Amino acid sequence: MAKTQYYVPVGPIHPALKEPIRVEAKVEGERIVEVDVKRGFAHRGIEYMGMKRNAIQTLYLSERICGICSISHPYAFVIGSEKALGIEAPPRAQYIRTIIAELERIHSHILWLGVVAHEMGFDSLLFWTWKGREKVLDILELLTGNRINYSVFMIGGVRRDIKESHVKALKDMINYYRIFTEEMKDVFLADPVYKARTRGVAQLSRDMAKKLNVCGPVARAAGLRMDVRQDNPYDAYADIGVRAVVPQDIVGEARGDAYDITMVRLYEIEQSLDIIEFCLEEMPEGKIMAIPNYVALLAKIRRSEGEAIGMHEAPRGEVIHYFKYGNKRDGPVVWKVIAPSYNNINTWAPLLLGAEVADIPIVVAYIDPCMCCNDRVAVVRDESGRLIDPATLHLKAVEKTRKLREELGVRA
Amino acid sequence: MTPETLIYAFTFPVLGVFLGLVYKGIDRCFSARLTSRIGPPIRQPFWDVGKLLLKETVVPENAVAWIFNAMPIVSFAASMTLLLYIPFGVLKAPLEGYGDLIVILYLLTLQSLAMAIGGFASGSPFSSVGAQREMVLMMSYEMPLATVIVGFAVLYRSFSLTTIASTPVWGVAGPLAAMGVLLLFIALLVVTPAELAKLPFDIAEAETEICEGMLAEYSGRNLALFYLSDAVRGFAMAALEVVLFFPFTLTSMLNLSLTGTAYYAVEALWFLFKVLAIYLLAITLVRTSFARFRIEQASRVFWVYVNIIALVGLALVWLGV
Repeated sequence: MAKTQYYVPVGPIHPALKEPIRVEAKVEGERIVEVDVKRGFAHRGIEYMGMKRNAIQTLYLSERICGICSISHPYAFVIGSEKALGIEAPPRAQYIRTIIAELERIHSHILWLGVVAHEMGFDSLLFWTWKGREKVLDILELLTGNRINYSVFMIGGVRRDIKESHVKALKDMINYYRIFTEEMKDVFLADPVYKARTRGVAQLSRDMAKKLNVCGPVARAAGLRMDVRQDNPYDAYADIGVRAVVPQDIVGEARGDAYDITMVRLYEIEQSLDIIEFCLEEMPEGKIMAIPNYVALLAKIRRSEGEAIGMHEAPRGEVIHYFKYGNKRDGPVVWKVIAPSYNNINTWAPLLLGAEVADIPIVVAYIDPCMCCNDRVAVVRDESGRLIDPATLHLKAVEKTRKLREELGVRA
Repeated sequence: MTPETLIYAFTFPVLGVFLGLVYKGIDRCFSARLTSRIGPPIRQPFWDVGKLLLKETVVPENAVAWIFNAMPIVSFAASMTLLLYIPFGVLKAPLEGYGDLIVILYLLTLQSLAMAIGGFASGSPFSSVGAQREMVLMMSYEMPLATVIVGFAVLYRSFSLTTIASTPVWGVAGPLAAMGVLLLFIALLVVTPAELAKLPFDIAEAETEICEGMLAEYSGRNLALFYLSDAVRGFAMAALEVVLFFPFTLTSMLNLSLTGTAYYAVEALWFLFKVLAIYLLAITLVRTSFARFRIEQASRVFWVYVNIIALVGLALVWLGV
């Protein structure tokens, strides 16, 4: 008897996915025999929007690219912009940026640990880790005034200083997370059920990781020693000398599976705590903005010309922003963003092939995918394949709305 | 059929549904407290059922409609019948004498089977995968469950639940057999979450994997019936464990001399308390502290570990009798 094959559609709306993407899996019993990943469900055209605004507005727009790591994109943005414009941020501002970026790494990693626990049905761990994560969100709120979109970075510095009163709170937080991370290590790495569900699942070999061009914790879990903070140090990272966390340093070998990636993320939380501690001790005095006057800053941008690439090691991997300033505009003439999930999603198809249906959520979650990081530009073509320009598209949209209104009998 | 039996037959299902939903509410509340949440109020399952009953019942286009619609009724009927076989504290079971442990075993299986068939009939890939998983899981836990029941048959030389309930097992069994009964109890505790499709064995309904699996296509009244039968089955399963292993009455334990209504009321409350304790221990605590297994891991748990425990238990009972 021929085996029955089913198409199991995962997404664009599915409990395992928090954002729209589609994984079409053909299954034979529990085994996946064919898989296709379709992306492109979130169209936002944010790069295009950025090219219509001035640099400061675009900076805050870049915060909205990603819903979770909202400092990753502004960080790459300010670094790229500063390089292109020839501005250097004061040392104190550089240290403050580093502290905030590392705080965000802690919150993002703890969030991921909760999500992956939820994907395997371990909701108690989800609630526990997210409860522990509140502390770092509180600290971020204390330092920046906001819990999610911090709006604290600026081209040539930061907008808020870290005061003496904040340092004590930060030190308390470090002590709290030193204990909490140890507890998390016990719970995640020693738990037999967690081990049974993640060992050997989503296993990415070193060669395959290189071939698929993955980045961030996914690459490090596969044993590749790559980290923007180590390879192209910027801001305070240049003084610290960050070393990428790889499983071979921790347990002697890198298997590149979901268990290893959990381990890498847990140890990276500790590394972040070390970095914050270092920054607090070595923080230089001085001002926090190179050009405090925004009008003067925009005037300088209008006069400048240049292009540059800004890179930052986000919690999910390297974020790259490319800029070109000039044409007497006060915003970027060209702005191109590359987010880590773009590389990492390539791992889904090869890893899902031959896996079980039960592993889909873990394979999907282990790279910490962010769809809104990926889809930023929409290219629309008509029936004959010609590119539709924005004015025509707008006209078509108006026509369609009018037609719909007439059909439904709704008055304008 | 005596009038007494008729009264039982009408009050038991109503009481069963009420208690099943109340226990589900307590379970959700307790689980929330364990994970530092506030959780829904205890009456929430009643609201859920009410809402589902008001909603439209959608039948998928490529479903086999009559099987799809019949299965929730079969499942609900099976769980209601199951209730009628369980002695409620000191009260006799309404269907006492018309069936025994073997019937209970089949009634428990019938519900899972109804869900699986309904899943297959719905024509959705999620439901089909879920139904396949449910069948595999059923094959895995049936053996230890049957072993437990055979163990009791060996001990009492009878399958009648009333006989078992009237004489506590720990009094019948010698020291060796008591150890065996303890092992059987452990095996039944592990089987309970699988029987009720709760974590870590909710593989057939895994939300993040296959969107509630067999129930993916069910809505409205059909889903309400499955919801109710699930609630009743949870209560019945815990009650069954109490009847099998802890049938001690409060009056005999404390040497009280109660009569009439007071006697029945106290014993009923004591029974409900015991059921609640087992419910929280075997279902809530377990589902809060485990991740979901993969299907082959779950099968291994039952075929290897739980089977060994149950068979050793059975052997000890055999030797101890």
